[in-house]
Amino acid sequence: MRGANAALGAAGLAAFLALGEAVPRLGLVGEEYFPPTSRIADALGTEAADGTFWTALGDTLTGWALGLAVAVCAGIVVGVLLSVVPYLREATASTIEFLRPIPSVALIPLAVLLYGTELRSVLLLVVYASFWQVLIQVLYGVRDVDPVAEETARSYGLGTWARIRYVLWPTALPYVMTGVRLAAAVALILAVTAELVVGAPGLGARIAVAQTSQAVPEMYALIVVTGLLGLLINVGARAVERRALAWHQSVRGEVAV
Amino acid sequence: MLDVRGLKKVYEGPGRRVEAVRDLTFTVAAGELVCLVGPSGCGKTTLLKCVGGLLEPTAGEVFLAGRRVAGPPPGMAFVFQEYGRSLFPWMRVGANVELPLRQKGLGRARRGELVADALASVGLADAAGAYPWQLSGGMQQRVAIARALAYEPEVLLMDEPFAAVDAQTRADLEDLVRALWRERGITVLFVTHDIDEAVYLGQRVIVLSASPTVVQEQLRVDLPDGRDQVHTRVAPRFAELRTRVYEQIQAAKRSAAGAPLKEPRRADAPPPH
Repeated sequence: MRGANAALGAAGLAAFLALGEAVPRLGLVGEEYFPPTSRIADALGTEAADGTFWTALGDTLTGWALGLAVAVCAGIVVGVLLSVVPYLREATASTIEFLRPIPSVALIPLAVLLYGTELRSVLLLVVYASFWQVLIQVLYGVRDVDPVAEETARSYGLGTWARIRYVLWPTALPYVMTGVRLAAAVALILAVTAELVVGAPGLGARIAVAQTSQAVPEMYALIVVTGLLGLLINVGARAVERRALAWHQSVRGEVAV
Repeated sequence: MLDVRGLKKVYEGPGRRVEAVRDLTFTVAAGELVCLVGPSGCGKTTLLKCVGGLLEPTAGEVFLAGRRVAGPPPGMAFVFQEYGRSLFPWMRVGANVELPLRQKGLGRARRGELVADALASVGLADAAGAYPWQLSGGMQQRVAIARALAYEPEVLLMDEPFAAVDAQTRADLEDLVRALWRERGITVLFVTHDIDEAVYLGQRVIVLSASPTVVQEQLRVDLPDGRDQVHTRVAPRFAELRTRVYEQIQAAKRSAAGAPLKEPRRADAPPPH
C-alpha cells in the first residue's frame, strides 16, 4: 500500500513536470514569462554552482531559524505563564484577540523604519507572525490537563513547578508540536516576504533581483528552492513530532491489550 | 490515626447551593481497614477528597495522626477510580511509580528499591519498562496501587478503585488489597458502592446516608481475618452482614425520598468528641 502510494505520488509529480515542459513549448503561454521545466532545471543547476546563492540560502535559513526559535521560546513561556498565574489569562484575552489577527506584513513599514534592511527587520516580522501560532496552541494545550492527573499529582505532594514539569508540559506538548509545525511554515513565508519587500539579504532579495534583471528562469529556480525548503521543514517537523509524542494516542495508534 | 470531625462540604455555584456532605464524624484506628459504603451520589468521593486534602471542607476538620489536614498530607496516598487518567501516559510504569518518590527527595538507589519492591508486590515486576496504556485495565490499577505502596503512606485512601474493572479482575484485586494490608499494616479507607465488596474487605463498614450525607450506621465485620472469595462469600455470617448493610442503605434512600428529613442518629447518639 505504502509502495503503491509512493509510486502514484512520483507519477503525479512527473506528470506535473511534463506538463510544465509541454505547455510553454506548445506556445499555450508566453515562454518568456513561463519557461519550460528543463530551463528552470538548468537555471537551478547554475544557481547551485554559484557561491552567492548558498550565502543567500544561509541568510534566509538564519532569519527563519532565529526568528522561529525566539517565537517558540517566547510563545511557550508566555503561554504557560498566562495559564499558571490566576486571572492573567482573562486579563490578556482581549488584547491577544486584537493583536493576533494583525497581518505581519502590515508591520513591514515599522520594520523598515526601525532596522532598515538588517536581519533584525526579518526577525521582527518572523517572530511576530510565528509567536501567535505557538502561543494559541500552548493556551489550548494547558487547558487540556486532566483533572484526575492534576489531583493525582497534588495528592502526591507535587508542587507548582513539578506539576508544570510533569503534568502540564507533557499534556500541552502535542499542542505545542502542532504550534511549532505551523509556526515553522509561517516563519519561512515571512522570512522570504521580508527579504523580497524590504530587501534584507536572502533568497527573497535574490528573487527580486532576478525579477528586475529579467532573469525569469532563475527567478523560477529560486521559487522552487523556497518550495523545497518548505517541504523539508514540514517533513522535519513531523519527524520531531513523532519522536517526541511516541506515547500519544495520535502517534501510538491502537495497542493490543 | 484518622479522625474526621463534623465534616461538611457545600458546593456554592451561581444560583445553586448543593450540600454534598452535611455532618460526618468517624475515626479510623491505625492499621484498620474501613470501608465506606453508601447509595450512589451520596458524596463519597467528596468526602474522600476532603479527607485527602484535595478539597477544602466548608466546616469540620480532618486529623491525620493528630495533625490537622490542610492540603494533601505527606503520609497519605490516593488511589483513584479512573486509573487510565491517574497514571501518566507519557511516562513508563517505573517512572510513574517513581515520580512521587522524587518529590519526597529520596536518593536514586532507595527509589529504585521501593519501585521494584512495590511492583513485585502487585505482581508486575516485569512491567516497569512498559507504558501504562500497553497494559490491561486491571494491570493499570495494580500499577496505581504500586505507586501508592512505594510512597510508603500511613493511610491509603481508595476511591472506588475497582468500579471500572471486570468481575474476575475485581475479585483478584480485592484479595490483593487485603493481602497488602495484612502484610504492610497500612491504614486503609476504602470507598465503594458495592455492598459485598465492603463486607468482604473491611474490618468495619461505615454506611453513609443519601446526600446530604451523615453516618447512617457503623458495623463491625466479625468475619475471620483469613478471607477468601470462595468460602467467605457463602458464610452465613457474611450473608447476615451484607443483608444488614443492604437494609441500612435502603433505609437511607427512603429517608432521603421522604421529606422532611429527620436527622438520623443525632439526638440519641451524641458525637464521641
